Order: sequence, then structure tokens, then C-alpha cells
Amino acid sequence: MSALLEIRDLRCSLGGREVLRGVSLEAGEGETVVLLGRSGSGKTTILKAVLGLVPISGGEILFEGRPMSEWPLIEVRRRMGYVVQDSGLFPHWTVERNIGLPAVLAGRAPEAVVERTGELLEMVGLDPREFRGRYPSQLSGGQKQRVAIARALAADPPLLLLDEPFAALDPITRFDLQRQFLGLRRRLGKAALFVTHDIREALMMATRIALLANGALDVIASPAEFLEARTAEARAFLASLEETWRLDERPRL
Amino acid sequence: MSGRASEIASLSLEHLEVVALAVAIAAVIALPAAVMLARRAAWRRWVVGFANLAQTVPSLALFGFLLPLPLIGGIGKRTAVVALALYALLPMLRNTLVGILGVDRTVRELAVAMGMTARQILWQVELPLAAPSILAGLRIATVATIGGATIAAAIGGGGLGVFIFRGIAMLDTATVLAGAIPAALMALVADEGLEWIERRFAPR
Repeated sequence: MSALLEIRDLRCSLGGREVLRGVSLEAGEGETVVLLGRSGSGKTTILKAVLGLVPISGGEILFEGRPMSEWPLIEVRRRMGYVVQDSGLFPHWTVERNIGLPAVLAGRAPEAVVERTGELLEMVGLDPREFRGRYPSQLSGGQKQRVAIARALAADPPLLLLDEPFAALDPITRFDLQRQFLGLRRRLGKAALFVTHDIREALMMATRIALLANGALDVIASPAEFLEARTAEARAFLASLEETWRLDERPRL
Repeated sequence: MSGRASEIASLSLEHLEVVALAVAIAAVIALPAAVMLARRAAWRRWVVGFANLAQTVPSLALFGFLLPLPLIGGIGKRTAVVALALYALLPMLRNTLVGILGVDRTVRELAVAMGMTARQILWQVELPLAAPSILAGLRIATVATIGGATIAAAIGGGGLGVFIFRGIAMLDTATVLAGAIPAALMALVADEGLEWIERRFAPR
């Protein structure tokens, strides 16, 4: 039995630059693989390649055991939930219509979509009566991300792709959403690729951490194993983590 | 006096007819062209360049150019409508294009990533979000065409320009104003009315 998502030796060049140089990883049901790396390390490109938003120059992506090249793009995209940093909600649609879209695209009946929207809003901690009819411009940053997550879940896709979903939030809201996401993962058991540059978030969210450096996989390990990782890039990330705990030893200016 | 009133009414009607026809033709060309050009950056320069060129030719000169042409030329309404449609093309083309290209990149990418088809993205995302800009183009084109149509009388286009040219020839200000005032009012009403519609489509 193969994993839900399998990436084999993925290569990708954008604008003449090799962004991914042979990345292999897989994600199965209930797993959250965190793609950790600096800006430009290629982590976002992996998500876009999985969604067929960027052309790949080598390797293979298998979804549900079937190569992406054999999937109709529209169909495979509807089986993935995608969340980005600045929500990407349709500004001209209400929260309800935004969340309902994937369910509508999946061909669900209008009443079922309305019911599902209410369910999802509650799942992400927003009162349906209050939020259904609002427009994205009437939401705070944290509420937008909650709605974006609800939308990603609407058609009940087996795979979630999250691109720094909480990066633009204040630390308190971020922590709140991180915990809520963990709860959802436990309940829904979806596979997820979760992109972040925040080592704390990686350790908190991951079942496995895949550290990327210059478009290649540097380390892939469980959070506990990652703390012991010895590569230079892993040490650099871990050092940034340790530094914050030693408040009394801050360099004095 | 009632003779002049009824003439104002009938020329106003004729004026409206020419304007409506010209704007409609321009819209039918400009909207699909803009949708197509939004996806073809290489063609954009050429087509927008042509529309720009049409705009820079003085209207009386453009009527002059069109007169000798077969089919679309000649003295009469048809030439007037063609020339006015050419003028109305640019604002509508440019505004529609700006509206579509102005759709937030993340929003568009999400639409694609969620598995919307190109047609769904166009009708449900791009055009609604571009609507205020498209309507602004329609408003600018309509107001300009109402003004431009007064000149169309010079080549037999009819409309309120008939009064203006007649008044100039007779050195009679009252006759000039009998054409100029209704035309100006028409432009004002069109501007206000279309702006009201535009506001209803404004982003929330």
C-alpha cells in the first residue's frame, strides 16, 4: 500500500534557476509533513508542483498511487485543500459562498452545501450565525485564515497543502490556530504538507519535518529526531530556537 | 415654438440612437477582445496601440477618413456610428483589461488551485471583480460618445449636432443652444446614472 502522496526525485526549474534538485518524500493519512526551510529553499514550489501550478522538469508525483500526469488536473486539484498565508478569499463573496465553493465544485446540492458551511464554521471556531453573511473585508486576519482553512476542508479532500498559513498572524492568534489545527488533524486524519520557516511551528505541527536547503532535502526526521540533527542547516535552525530561551544572556549593546 | 420642441425631441432621440448603437458595437468588440488580451501579453501592446491610435485622430478628421471607404463610409448615420464606435473602443478595452489584470494574484491562484475551470474563473471571479472598472469604461465611453455624436451631424449623422451646425451657419445662438443644452444634459444624466450603477458594483 503506497502513501497518499509520493514525491520522487522532484526537479523544478523556474526562470532558469533550479528551484528543486531532486526531492523525495511521502505523506500518508494522518501525517503532517512540515516543509521547513529558509526563504527561497523551494518549499512553496513543492506545494505548487503538487497542485500542478508550476511545471516540473524531472521526477514524479503520485497522488493516491496514480502519477499526476495521468490525473485530470481539475479533478486532482479538487481532491486537495490549499491554504495560503494571505487567505486568497474571494473578496466579492460572503464567507458562506467562499467556504462552500469546493463543495459546489464537487457537485453537492445547495442545501447540503449550506449545512456543510455551518459545520465547517463551527469546526474552525466561528459562529455561523455571525459569520456566514460577512465579506472577507469584514474579517480580522485570524478570522480570514480560519475561513480559508474551512474552505480547504469543504470538499473533504484527503490531502491538505498549507503554505505558511499562520505566518501573518500575531503570536497569540497564531498559537490559537496552531492548537486548533492540531485538534482538527486528530479528528479528521488528513494528510498534510505544511510549509513554514518557523522552527517552533515545525516542531509543534509536524509528525515529520523535512528540512530543505537550496532545493534539496537536508534532513527528514520526526520532531524528536530533528532536535538531534547534525547538519549545518538543521543546527542553524535549532540555534535560533535555543537563543530565545536565554533571555538573561542577551548580548548587551 | 412647439415645432422646435418636437424637433429637439426627435433629434435627441436620433442622437441617443447613434450613441447607443456606437457604444453597443464598441462593447461587443472591446469586452471579448479584452478577455482574450488579458491572457496574451504579446498581443496586448499591438491592439491597445491601435485603439490608442484611433483615439488620437481628431474626430472630424476620422469622419473625413471614413467617408471615401466602401461599406462603412459615405455620408450618413453609418459612417457616424463606425467612427464613434472606434472612439468608444479604447476606454472600454483598456478599462476591462485593467480590471481583469488587476485581480489579486493570490485570489486567481486559489481559484485555479481549487479546481475551477478557466470558464468558471472568468465568469465567477475575474469579470465580477473587474466589474467596477468595466463599468467605468462604459461610462467614460458613453459620455464621450454623446459629445462626439454632435460632430457626426457634419457628415449627415443627424442628432443634436444638426442644431449646432445650423445655428453656427445662421449665427443664431438660440439654435446652437437648442442642440448644445440637451446634449450636455444627456451627458450629465448618463454620467450620473452609470456612476450610480458603478457604485452598486463597487468592492465591499
